[in-house]
Amino acid sequence: MPQSINADIRAFIIENFLFGDEADAPEDDASLIENDIVDSTGILEMVSFLEEHFAIDVADPEIVPENFDTIARLSAFVAGKKKARETAPAGA
Amino acid sequence: MSATIAHRGPDDAGIHVTDDVGLAHRRLSIVDLADGQQPMTSADGQLHITYNGEIFNHVELRQELESRGHRFRTSSDTEVILHLYDELGPDCVAQLNGDFAFAIHDARRKRLFLARDRMGVRPLYHTWRQGRFHFGSEIKALLPIPGMEARLDPFALDQIFTLWAPIPPRTAFEGVSELPPAHWMIVENGAARTQRYWDLDFSNVRHDCSEAQMAEETRALLEDATRIRLRADVEVGTYLSGGLDSSIIAALAKRMAPAGLTSFAVTFSDPAFDESAFQNEMVRALGTEHHTVDCDMDEIATVFPEVIRHMEQPILRTGPAPLYRLSGLVRSKGIKAVLSGEGADEVFAGYDIFKEARIRRFCARQPGSQLRPHLFRRIYPYLSNLKRQTPDYLAAYFGVASDDLYDPLFSHRPRMRSTAGAKLFFSDALKATLGDYDAADELATTLPDAFSEWHPLHQAQYLETRFLLPGYILSSQGDRMAMAHGIETRFPFLDHRLVMHAAQTPASIKLKGLREKHLLRETMRDVVPPQIADRPKQPYRAPEASAFTDHAQAYVEEAFEKSALEENGNFHVEKTARLYKKSRLNSFTGFRDNAAFVGILSTQLWSQQFARPVRITDQPLAVRA
Repeated sequence: MPQSINADIRAFIIENFLFGDEADAPEDDASLIENDIVDSTGILEMVSFLEEHFAIDVADPEIVPENFDTIARLSAFVAGKKKARETAPAGA
Repeated sequence: MSATIAHRGPDDAGIHVTDDVGLAHRRLSIVDLADGQQPMTSADGQLHITYNGEIFNHVELRQELESRGHRFRTSSDTEVILHLYDELGPDCVAQLNGDFAFAIHDARRKRLFLARDRMGVRPLYHTWRQGRFHFGSEIKALLPIPGMEARLDPFALDQIFTLWAPIPPRTAFEGVSELPPAHWMIVENGAARTQRYWDLDFSNVRHDCSEAQMAEETRALLEDATRIRLRADVEVGTYLSGGLDSSIIAALAKRMAPAGLTSFAVTFSDPAFDESAFQNEMVRALGTEHHTVDCDMDEIATVFPEVIRHMEQPILRTGPAPLYRLSGLVRSKGIKAVLSGEGADEVFAGYDIFKEARIRRFCARQPGSQLRPHLFRRIYPYLSNLKRQTPDYLAAYFGVASDDLYDPLFSHRPRMRSTAGAKLFFSDALKATLGDYDAADELATTLPDAFSEWHPLHQAQYLETRFLLPGYILSSQGDRMAMAHGIETRFPFLDHRLVMHAAQTPASIKLKGLREKHLLRETMRDVVPPQIADRPKQPYRAPEASAFTDHAQAYVEEAFEKSALEENGNFHVEKTARLYKKSRLNSFTGFRDNAAFVGILSTQLWSQQFARPVRITDQPLAVRA
């Protein structure tokens, strides 16, 4: 997946949830819930960020820990969404 | 010293000074207006009392004492305590049904006896300085003591930023302790000893009793608790929020007050917080003389520094501010005492957190269930952020898979986690001082031995009733906000006879399924309109950080200035600056940001108002122990 997706998501988490504290930034595969980085409103802030920053749509059923609970999963989810959009037939 | 708490007793003042002891008193005259002055001395001149509160069963106690030969000079409840102590010593507290904090100087035994009511309605603080013992109803009364420096206790701050309140006897002020609820203390020979005289006990649940029988007893006890709380030589009014609890109390009081009843309520312009429609429904049903005060966001911001001065501790929410406005309204109408429905949610299981814990246990039995977590949405319909969440995430937020079902603090873990998120803003220095300290661990050490054997609902009720009720609800929102305007609040639901009865009531009829306060609703169904009796619990809420961001006040900006943050040293300057910037963009959405903002602001205001060198204006009165 593109490195910039991972970096952009990481930067958003550091700025928005950790208020600039890079020292507390989670590893790529660390749980954002279990490390108390996002809560129920935080996850919706994340959805809003992904939709606006990466120009993707996130359906409610997609808001699951399998897609959202680590930086690595978020990056893969966004990359998959972007790829699907690029390969979708025109007008689809 | 007593001048600092003149707001608690604007009607009269008195002092008693001997070689050994000095007692000072500020009086709020409610019973025996003519002869109830304090400090009061016993007929033999050996006992001297200064006392804040009311003994609601003083009439019955007086009759019993008179039958045993005691002779009274006044009709006050103060004199009843003196006689009772004279006869029983420290055991006198077991006879008292009331809200009290008092100190008796026992000249015969050369000791000072202090006691505080069972539920923690009335406050009592103390400290030692240079071998002398000092006490007062509020900490600000202790600040003029020579050598006293107000310093924020870092562990108290950690407790507030985890549990919402310090764990007694700790207070926000380093070196100042509170006498915990249901304790007495004897100071003699230069030392103090403290003893608990009562505790909330869920060990004797009456499983053999029918719901009808428990309802009948509940009704009788609540009626009597209300009846004796209307005893006064001045008019007693009532708060009327529009919720079930205050509606029940107002309805009972109206039946017992033939001359009429005056009710008071806060209204909000924001419909998300306003309950006027329900208040008006009750006013129509009861015919009370009703008064309201509107509390908009700018008013919350305006009074907040004064609220912190009265609370004397940092806080993560703005809930006390509307109650400060409300007590001001009561005072402006010439009323000194009001009934309140506070306590019903603890005693009869009304809080959402009780239902939340039950759902978490229900979900934990089927960890992968896609249906069970939907119940979380049902108990928090007012939390819009939960609406879009999938069952997996709902389960994750509420720790369904991760929380230990046998953890004594299980019921409160999600709240503690979300609150403690605000500690992100603690400074490196504060974090270093705290080390690996864990406020929740300390709270767990204070629980009684039998706790682990109780029903999970009763464990959660104990945590709410013994800890949050006195430490937050009764102090921050209750006594302090009412007494800021010289108003005495009375709580029928916290009559200890009713509290003990409810503790013996099976959990299944207090919280029936997910129906909160089931027994109370059914017991009192005939005294309130059906739309009130069946109204789901509405948590008392007030606007949080938005109160300060939409209505900028100069003091808010000053509190978040780099120099002010550096001076007090409790918070990380750069992170806090980012938080403040985020607040200006109005982009707060979650509990953590709001709690952190209000917590930092209130801590800064606390430091500004208290942690400055104190000017000594007069010689304080003290006990030379």
